[in-house]
Amino acid sequence: MTNRWFDDAGPVVRPYAMTRGRTRSSAKDAQLDLIALVIADSPDAAEPDDGSAAAGDLLPEEEDKLLADHSFVPEHFDILALCRRSPLSVAELAAELDLPVGVVRVLIGDLVEAGLVRVTRPVPPAELPDESILREVINGLRAL
Amino acid sequence: MGFGRSERGGRTAPAEPVTLKILVAGGFGVGKTTLVGAVSEIKPLRTEELLTEASRPVDSTRGVEAKATTTVAMDFGRITINEALVLYLFGTPGQDRFWFLWDELATGALGAVVLADTRRLENSFAAIDYFERRSIPFTVAVNCFDDAERYPAETVREALDLDGAVPVLLCDARQRESARDVLISVVEHAMRSAARAPADM
Ligand SMILES: Nc1nc2c(ncn2[C@@H]2O[C@H](COP(=O)(O)OP(=O)(O)OP(=O)(O)O)[C@@H](O)[C@H]2O)c(=O)[nH]1
Ligand SMILES: [Mg+2]
Repeated sequence: MTNRWFDDAGPVVRPYAMTRGRTRSSAKDAQLDLIALVIADSPDAAEPDDGSAAAGDLLPEEEDKLLADHSFVPEHFDILALCRRSPLSVAELAAELDLPVGVVRVLIGDLVEAGLVRVTRPVPPAELPDESILREVINGLRAL
Repeated sequence: MGFGRSERGGRTAPAEPVTLKILVAGGFGVGKTTLVGAVSEIKPLRTEELLTEASRPVDSTRGVEAKATTTVAMDFGRITINEALVLYLFGTPGQDRFWFLWDELATGALGAVVLADTRRLENSFAAIDYFERRSIPFTVAVNCFDDAERYPAETVREALDLDGAVPVLLCDARQRESARDVLISVVEHAMRSAARAPADM
Protein backbone atom coordinates (compact mmCIF):
# COMPACT_ATOMS: atom_id res chain seq x y z
CA MET A 1 0.00 0.00 0.00
CA THR A 2 1.46 3.34 -0.97
CA ASN A 3 1.14 6.55 0.97
CA ARG A 4 0.27 8.65 -2.04
CA TRP A 5 -2.78 10.77 -1.47
CA PHE A 6 -3.72 10.60 -5.09
CA ASP A 7 -3.85 7.54 -7.18
CA ASP A 8 -5.43 6.67 -10.47
CA ALA A 9 -8.84 6.65 -8.91
CA GLY A 10 -8.50 10.22 -7.65
CA PRO A 11 -8.10 11.54 -4.15
CA VAL A 12 -8.06 9.02 -1.39
CA VAL A 13 -11.48 9.03 0.20
CA ARG A 14 -11.42 11.24 3.27
CA PRO A 15 -12.27 8.76 6.04
CA TYR A 16 -9.43 6.62 4.83
CA ALA A 17 -7.02 9.42 5.61
CA MET A 18 -6.99 8.25 9.21
CA THR A 19 -5.87 4.85 8.05
CA ARG A 20 -3.22 6.51 5.91
CA GLY A 21 -4.94 5.28 2.84
CA ARG A 22 -4.97 1.67 3.87
CA THR A 23 -8.17 -0.08 2.96
CA ARG A 24 -7.18 -3.40 4.32
CA SER A 25 -5.93 -4.34 7.71
CA SER A 26 -2.44 -5.73 7.75
CA ALA A 27 -3.32 -8.02 10.62
CA LYS A 28 -3.21 -11.33 8.81
CA ASP A 29 -5.56 -10.95 5.95
CA ALA A 30 -8.61 -12.37 7.50
CA GLN A 31 -11.48 -9.92 7.09
CA LEU A 32 -12.97 -9.19 10.43
CA ASP A 33 -16.54 -10.35 10.45
CA LEU A 34 -19.16 -7.71 11.20
CA ILE A 35 -20.18 -9.66 14.28
CA ALA A 36 -16.67 -10.44 15.51
CA LEU A 37 -16.44 -9.04 19.01
CA VAL A 38 -13.59 -6.73 19.89
CA ILE A 39 -12.45 -7.27 23.43
CA ALA A 40 -10.09 -5.09 25.40
CA ASP A 41 -9.14 -6.55 28.71
CA SER A 42 -8.99 -4.05 31.52
CA PRO A 43 -5.72 -2.27 31.87
CA ASP A 44 -3.77 -4.19 34.47
CA ALA A 45 -4.38 -4.02 38.17
CA ALA A 46 -2.27 -0.86 38.35
CA GLU A 47 -5.34 1.12 37.36
CA PRO A 48 -6.63 3.22 40.25
CA ASP A 49 -9.94 1.87 41.41
CA ASP A 50 -11.23 5.07 42.93
CA GLY A 51 -13.58 5.85 40.09
CA SER A 52 -11.61 8.96 39.18
CA ALA A 53 -11.64 7.98 35.53
CA ALA A 54 -14.72 6.92 33.62
CA ALA A 55 -14.84 3.24 32.89
CA GLY A 56 -12.79 2.47 29.82
CA ASP A 57 -10.92 5.74 29.64
CA LEU A 58 -7.28 5.47 28.86
CA LEU A 59 -4.85 6.24 31.61
CA PRO A 60 -2.88 9.40 30.87
CA GLU A 61 0.41 7.56 30.69
CA GLU A 62 -1.10 4.99 28.35
CA GLU A 63 -2.34 7.73 26.11
CA ASP A 64 1.05 9.44 26.07
CA LYS A 65 2.72 6.21 25.15
CA LEU A 66 0.30 5.60 22.30
CA LEU A 67 0.47 9.17 21.07
CA ALA A 68 4.23 8.94 20.92
CA ASP A 69 3.66 6.28 18.31
CA HIS A 70 2.54 8.40 15.42
CA SER A 71 0.57 5.65 13.80
CA PHE A 72 -2.22 6.06 16.33
CA VAL A 73 -5.06 8.52 15.84
CA PRO A 74 -7.79 9.55 18.30
CA GLU A 75 -10.20 7.06 16.74
CA HIS A 76 -7.95 4.27 17.94
CA PHE A 77 -8.45 5.53 21.50
CA ASP A 78 -12.19 5.75 20.99
CA ILE A 79 -12.34 2.11 19.98
CA LEU A 80 -10.16 1.06 22.88
CA ALA A 81 -12.24 3.01 25.39
CA LEU A 82 -15.53 1.64 24.07
CA CYS A 83 -14.32 -1.93 24.10
CA ARG A 84 -13.03 -1.66 27.62
CA ARG A 85 -16.54 -0.91 28.78
CA SER A 86 -17.89 -4.04 27.15
CA PRO A 87 -17.07 -6.19 24.15
CA LEU A 88 -18.54 -4.69 20.99
CA SER A 89 -19.00 -6.07 17.52
CA VAL A 90 -17.24 -4.54 14.55
CA ALA A 91 -20.62 -3.38 13.26
CA GLU A 92 -21.49 -1.68 16.55
CA LEU A 93 -18.14 0.08 16.67
CA ALA A 94 -18.61 1.38 13.14
CA ALA A 95 -22.07 2.67 13.99
CA GLU A 96 -20.95 4.15 17.27
CA LEU A 97 -18.01 6.01 15.73
CA ASP A 98 -19.95 6.80 12.57
CA LEU A 99 -17.16 5.49 10.39
CA PRO A 100 -17.26 3.13 7.44
CA VAL A 101 -16.79 -0.50 8.38
CA GLY A 102 -13.67 -0.69 6.23
CA VAL A 103 -11.99 2.07 8.18
CA VAL A 104 -12.92 0.56 11.53
CA ARG A 105 -11.51 -2.78 10.43
CA VAL A 106 -8.15 -1.21 9.67
CA LEU A 107 -8.08 0.59 13.01
CA ILE A 108 -8.99 -2.57 14.90
CA GLY A 109 -6.25 -4.38 13.00
CA ASP A 110 -3.74 -1.83 14.30
CA LEU A 111 -4.95 -2.31 17.86
CA VAL A 112 -4.73 -6.08 17.52
CA GLU A 113 -1.17 -5.78 16.26
CA ALA A 114 -0.29 -3.56 19.18
CA GLY A 115 -1.71 -6.17 21.52
CA LEU A 116 -4.31 -3.79 22.91
CA VAL A 117 -7.41 -5.70 21.89
CA ARG A 118 -8.30 -9.15 20.74
CA VAL A 119 -11.06 -10.30 18.51
CA THR A 120 -13.34 -13.31 18.86
CA ARG A 121 -13.73 -15.65 15.96
CA PRO A 122 -17.38 -16.01 15.18
CA VAL A 123 -18.72 -19.41 14.25
CA PRO A 124 -16.69 -20.45 11.21
CA PRO A 125 -18.45 -19.81 7.92
CA ALA A 126 -20.39 -22.73 6.49
CA GLU A 127 -20.62 -24.29 9.89
CA LEU A 128 -23.77 -24.07 11.89
CA PRO A 129 -23.47 -23.61 15.60
CA ASP A 130 -24.36 -26.51 17.86
CA GLU A 131 -27.92 -27.68 17.97
CA SER A 132 -27.94 -26.83 21.65
CA ILE A 133 -27.09 -23.23 20.82
CA LEU A 134 -29.87 -23.07 18.25
CA ARG A 135 -32.32 -24.37 20.83
CA GLU A 136 -31.14 -21.73 23.23
CA VAL A 137 -31.74 -19.08 20.59
CA ILE A 138 -35.25 -20.35 19.93
CA ASN A 139 -36.09 -20.41 23.62
CA GLY A 140 -34.63 -16.97 24.05
CA LEU A 141 -36.71 -15.60 21.20
CA ARG A 142 -39.88 -17.24 22.55
CA ALA A 143 -39.29 -15.47 25.83
CA LEU A 144 -39.13 -12.05 24.18
CA MET B 1 -24.06 -2.02 25.34
CA GLY B 2 -22.97 -3.81 28.42
CA PHE B 3 -23.37 -7.50 28.19
CA GLY B 4 -21.28 -10.34 29.41
CA ARG B 5 -19.23 -8.43 31.83
CA SER B 6 -19.30 -8.66 35.52
CA GLU B 7 -19.15 -5.54 37.54
CA ARG B 8 -16.14 -3.53 36.65
CA GLY B 9 -14.34 -3.44 39.94
CA GLY B 10 -14.11 -7.23 39.86
CA ARG B 11 -11.60 -7.09 37.04
CA THR B 12 -12.62 -10.46 35.76
CA ALA B 13 -11.97 -11.07 32.12
CA PRO B 14 -15.10 -10.28 30.15
CA ALA B 15 -17.10 -13.26 29.00
CA GLU B 16 -16.93 -13.89 25.31
CA PRO B 17 -20.43 -14.31 24.05
CA VAL B 18 -21.09 -16.33 20.94
CA THR B 19 -22.42 -14.01 18.24
CA LEU B 20 -24.83 -15.10 15.54
CA LYS B 21 -26.43 -13.28 12.68
CA ILE B 22 -29.63 -13.48 10.71
CA LEU B 23 -30.07 -11.48 7.53
CA VAL B 24 -33.23 -9.64 6.60
CA ALA B 25 -33.46 -9.32 2.84
CA GLY B 26 -36.08 -8.40 0.28
CA GLY B 27 -36.85 -5.71 -2.22
CA PHE B 28 -36.76 -1.99 -1.83
CA GLY B 29 -39.12 -0.64 0.84
CA VAL B 30 -40.53 -4.03 1.79
CA GLY B 31 -40.11 -3.46 5.53
CA LYS B 32 -36.61 -4.74 6.34
CA THR B 33 -35.67 -1.88 8.63
CA THR B 34 -39.10 -1.99 10.23
CA LEU B 35 -38.74 -5.68 11.06
CA VAL B 36 -35.25 -5.24 12.50
CA GLY B 37 -36.47 -2.33 14.62
CA ALA B 38 -39.50 -4.25 15.87
CA VAL B 39 -37.43 -6.94 17.60
CA SER B 40 -34.13 -5.26 18.27
CA GLU B 41 -33.28 -4.21 21.80
CA ILE B 42 -31.44 -1.24 20.38
CA LYS B 43 -32.70 1.27 17.89
CA PRO B 44 -31.51 -0.03 14.53
CA LEU B 45 -27.97 1.13 13.98
CA ARG B 46 -26.52 1.96 10.68
CA THR B 47 -23.13 1.07 9.37
CA GLU B 48 -21.74 2.28 6.14
CA GLU B 49 -19.29 0.80 3.81
CA LEU B 50 -17.49 2.86 1.23
CA LEU B 51 -17.16 0.97 -1.95
CA THR B 52 -14.05 2.04 -3.72
CA GLU B 53 -12.01 0.54 -6.47
CA ALA B 54 -10.24 -1.59 -3.90
CA SER B 55 -13.30 -3.28 -2.49
CA ARG B 56 -15.02 -3.81 -5.80
CA PRO B 57 -14.70 -7.16 -7.47
CA VAL B 58 -12.72 -6.78 -10.68
CA ASP B 59 -15.40 -8.18 -12.90
CA SER B 60 -17.90 -5.54 -11.92
CA THR B 61 -15.78 -2.51 -12.62
CA ARG B 62 -16.64 -2.27 -16.28
CA GLY B 63 -19.06 0.47 -17.11
CA VAL B 64 -19.79 3.98 -16.04
CA GLU B 65 -19.34 3.67 -12.33
CA ALA B 66 -15.77 2.47 -12.57
CA LYS B 67 -14.34 5.39 -10.63
CA ALA B 68 -17.22 6.23 -8.38
CA THR B 69 -17.16 5.86 -4.66
CA THR B 70 -20.46 4.72 -3.30
CA THR B 71 -21.76 4.46 0.18
CA VAL B 72 -23.85 1.47 1.06
CA ALA B 73 -25.74 1.44 4.30
CA MET B 74 -26.81 -1.62 6.21
CA ASP B 75 -28.87 -1.37 9.29
CA PHE B 76 -28.69 -3.78 12.09
CA GLY B 77 -30.17 -4.62 15.44
CA ARG B 78 -29.26 -6.78 18.38
CA ILE B 79 -31.03 -9.28 20.57
CA THR B 80 -29.14 -10.43 23.63
CA ILE B 81 -30.42 -13.95 24.24
CA ASN B 82 -28.37 -14.29 27.39
CA GLU B 83 -24.94 -13.23 28.49
CA ALA B 84 -23.29 -15.89 26.42
CA LEU B 85 -25.34 -15.54 23.26
CA VAL B 86 -26.04 -12.48 21.14
CA LEU B 87 -28.04 -12.43 17.93
CA TYR B 88 -27.48 -9.68 15.37
CA LEU B 89 -29.95 -8.86 12.64
CA PHE B 90 -28.75 -7.26 9.44
CA GLY B 91 -31.01 -5.59 6.94
CA THR B 92 -29.37 -6.09 3.56
CA PRO B 93 -29.09 -3.18 1.18
CA GLY B 94 -32.10 -3.29 -1.11
CA GLN B 95 -30.33 -2.41 -4.32
CA ASP B 96 -29.36 -5.45 -6.29
CA ARG B 97 -26.22 -3.96 -7.69
CA PHE B 98 -24.65 -4.29 -4.30
CA TRP B 99 -25.08 -8.02 -4.31
CA PHE B 100 -21.41 -8.55 -3.57
CA LEU B 101 -21.83 -6.95 -0.17
CA TRP B 102 -24.22 -9.71 0.65
CA ASP B 103 -21.43 -12.21 0.35
CA GLU B 104 -19.77 -10.69 3.30
CA LEU B 105 -23.01 -10.36 5.21
CA ALA B 106 -24.02 -13.90 4.34
CA THR B 107 -20.79 -15.50 5.40
CA GLY B 108 -21.45 -17.34 8.61
CA ALA B 109 -25.11 -16.32 8.76
CA LEU B 110 -27.37 -18.67 10.64
CA GLY B 111 -30.15 -18.02 8.18
CA ALA B 112 -32.21 -15.33 6.53
CA VAL B 113 -35.62 -13.75 6.28
CA VAL B 114 -36.83 -12.84 2.82
CA LEU B 115 -39.54 -10.24 3.16
CA ALA B 116 -42.07 -10.19 0.36
CA ASP B 117 -44.85 -7.84 -0.62
CA THR B 118 -47.66 -9.48 -2.59
CA ARG B 119 -48.03 -6.35 -4.72
CA ARG B 120 -44.50 -6.81 -6.05
CA LEU B 121 -43.50 -10.37 -5.39
CA GLU B 122 -40.88 -10.21 -8.12
CA ASN B 123 -38.82 -7.89 -5.95
CA SER B 124 -37.99 -10.80 -3.69
CA PHE B 125 -36.74 -13.10 -6.46
CA ALA B 126 -33.14 -11.90 -6.26
CA ALA B 127 -32.90 -12.60 -2.54
CA ILE B 128 -34.55 -16.01 -2.86
CA ASP B 129 -32.21 -17.02 -5.68
CA TYR B 130 -29.25 -15.85 -3.71
CA PHE B 131 -30.02 -17.84 -0.56
CA GLU B 132 -31.10 -20.91 -2.50
CA ARG B 133 -27.84 -20.97 -4.41
CA ARG B 134 -25.78 -20.63 -1.27
CA SER B 135 -27.89 -23.13 0.68
CA ILE B 136 -28.56 -20.59 3.39
CA PRO B 137 -31.78 -21.52 5.17
CA PHE B 138 -34.42 -18.84 4.80
CA THR B 139 -38.03 -18.16 5.67
CA VAL B 140 -40.24 -16.14 3.37
CA ALA B 141 -42.26 -13.65 5.38
CA VAL B 142 -45.06 -11.91 3.54
CA ASN B 143 -45.33 -8.45 5.01
CA CYS B 144 -49.03 -7.69 5.06
CA PHE B 145 -49.34 -4.06 4.11
CA ASP B 146 -52.76 -2.64 4.88
CA ASP B 147 -53.71 -1.97 1.30
CA ALA B 148 -52.38 -5.22 -0.14
CA GLU B 149 -54.68 -8.06 -0.98
CA ARG B 150 -54.28 -11.08 1.32
CA TYR B 151 -53.24 -14.37 -0.18
CA PRO B 152 -52.83 -17.65 1.67
CA ALA B 153 -49.22 -18.62 2.34
CA GLU B 154 -49.57 -21.61 0.01
CA THR B 155 -50.47 -19.37 -2.91
CA VAL B 156 -47.37 -17.30 -2.27
CA ARG B 157 -45.27 -20.46 -2.05
CA GLU B 158 -46.50 -21.54 -5.46
CA ALA B 159 -46.03 -18.14 -7.01
CA LEU B 160 -42.44 -18.08 -5.75
CA ASP B 161 -41.85 -21.70 -6.72
CA LEU B 162 -40.39 -22.49 -3.32
CA ASP B 163 -39.11 -25.79 -2.08
CA GLY B 164 -41.63 -27.45 0.22
CA ALA B 165 -39.24 -27.20 3.16
CA VAL B 166 -39.05 -23.41 3.05
CA PRO B 167 -41.38 -21.89 5.64
CA VAL B 168 -43.76 -19.22 4.38
CA LEU B 169 -45.40 -16.96 6.95
CA LEU B 170 -47.65 -13.95 6.85
CA CYS B 171 -46.37 -11.22 9.11
CA ASP B 172 -46.66 -7.65 10.18
CA ALA B 173 -43.13 -6.31 10.29
CA ARG B 174 -44.18 -3.55 12.67
CA GLN B 175 -45.22 -5.96 15.40
CA ARG B 176 -42.68 -7.36 17.76
CA GLU B 177 -44.40 -10.72 18.26
CA SER B 178 -44.88 -11.17 14.56
CA ALA B 179 -41.26 -10.32 13.77
CA ARG B 180 -40.12 -12.58 16.57
CA ASP B 181 -42.13 -15.51 15.15
CA VAL B 182 -40.47 -14.99 11.80
CA LEU B 183 -37.05 -15.24 13.44
CA ILE B 184 -38.03 -18.36 15.36
CA SER B 185 -39.10 -19.90 12.08
CA VAL B 186 -35.69 -19.14 10.56
CA VAL B 187 -33.79 -20.76 13.42
CA GLU B 188 -36.06 -23.82 13.45
CA HIS B 189 -35.64 -24.16 9.72
CA ALA B 190 -31.85 -23.84 10.08
CA MET B 191 -31.94 -26.59 12.66
CA ARG B 192 -33.95 -28.90 10.42
CA SER B 193 -31.71 -28.16 7.44
CA ALA B 194 -28.65 -28.99 9.48
CA ALA B 195 -30.19 -32.28 10.56
CA ARG B 196 -31.07 -33.15 6.97
CA ALA B 197 -27.66 -32.36 5.52
CA PRO B 198 -25.04 -33.24 8.08
CA ALA B 199 -21.62 -31.76 7.39
CA ASP B 200 -21.01 -32.81 3.84
CA MET B 201 -17.48 -31.62 3.51
N1 LIG C 1 -48.86 -0.94 6.61
C1 LIG C 1 -47.64 -1.43 6.82
N2 LIG C 1 -46.61 -0.62 6.59
C2 LIG C 1 -45.35 -1.11 6.77
C3 LIG C 1 -45.15 -2.42 7.21
N3 LIG C 1 -43.81 -2.64 7.27
C4 LIG C 1 -43.22 -1.50 6.89
N4 LIG C 1 -44.15 -0.55 6.58
C5 LIG C 1 -43.86 0.79 6.10
O1 LIG C 1 -43.26 0.69 4.83
C6 LIG C 1 -42.23 1.64 4.65
C7 LIG C 1 -40.91 1.00 4.27
O2 LIG C 1 -40.44 0.21 5.36
P1 LIG C 1 -38.89 0.00 5.64
O3 LIG C 1 -38.80 -0.83 6.87
O4 LIG C 1 -38.17 1.28 5.64
O5 LIG C 1 -38.47 -0.83 4.38
P2 LIG C 1 -37.02 -1.29 3.95
O6 LIG C 1 -37.17 -2.64 3.35
O7 LIG C 1 -36.06 -1.16 5.07
O8 LIG C 1 -36.67 -0.23 2.83
P3 LIG C 1 -35.27 0.03 2.10
O9 LIG C 1 -34.20 -0.12 3.13
O10 LIG C 1 -35.40 1.41 1.58
O11 LIG C 1 -35.18 -0.99 1.01
C8 LIG C 1 -42.16 2.43 5.96
O12 LIG C 1 -42.88 3.61 5.79
C9 LIG C 1 -42.84 1.50 6.96
O13 LIG C 1 -43.45 2.23 7.99
C10 LIG C 1 -46.29 -3.25 7.47
O14 LIG C 1 -46.20 -4.40 7.88
N5 LIG C 1 -47.50 -2.69 7.25
MG1 LIG D 1 -34.19 -0.14 5.16
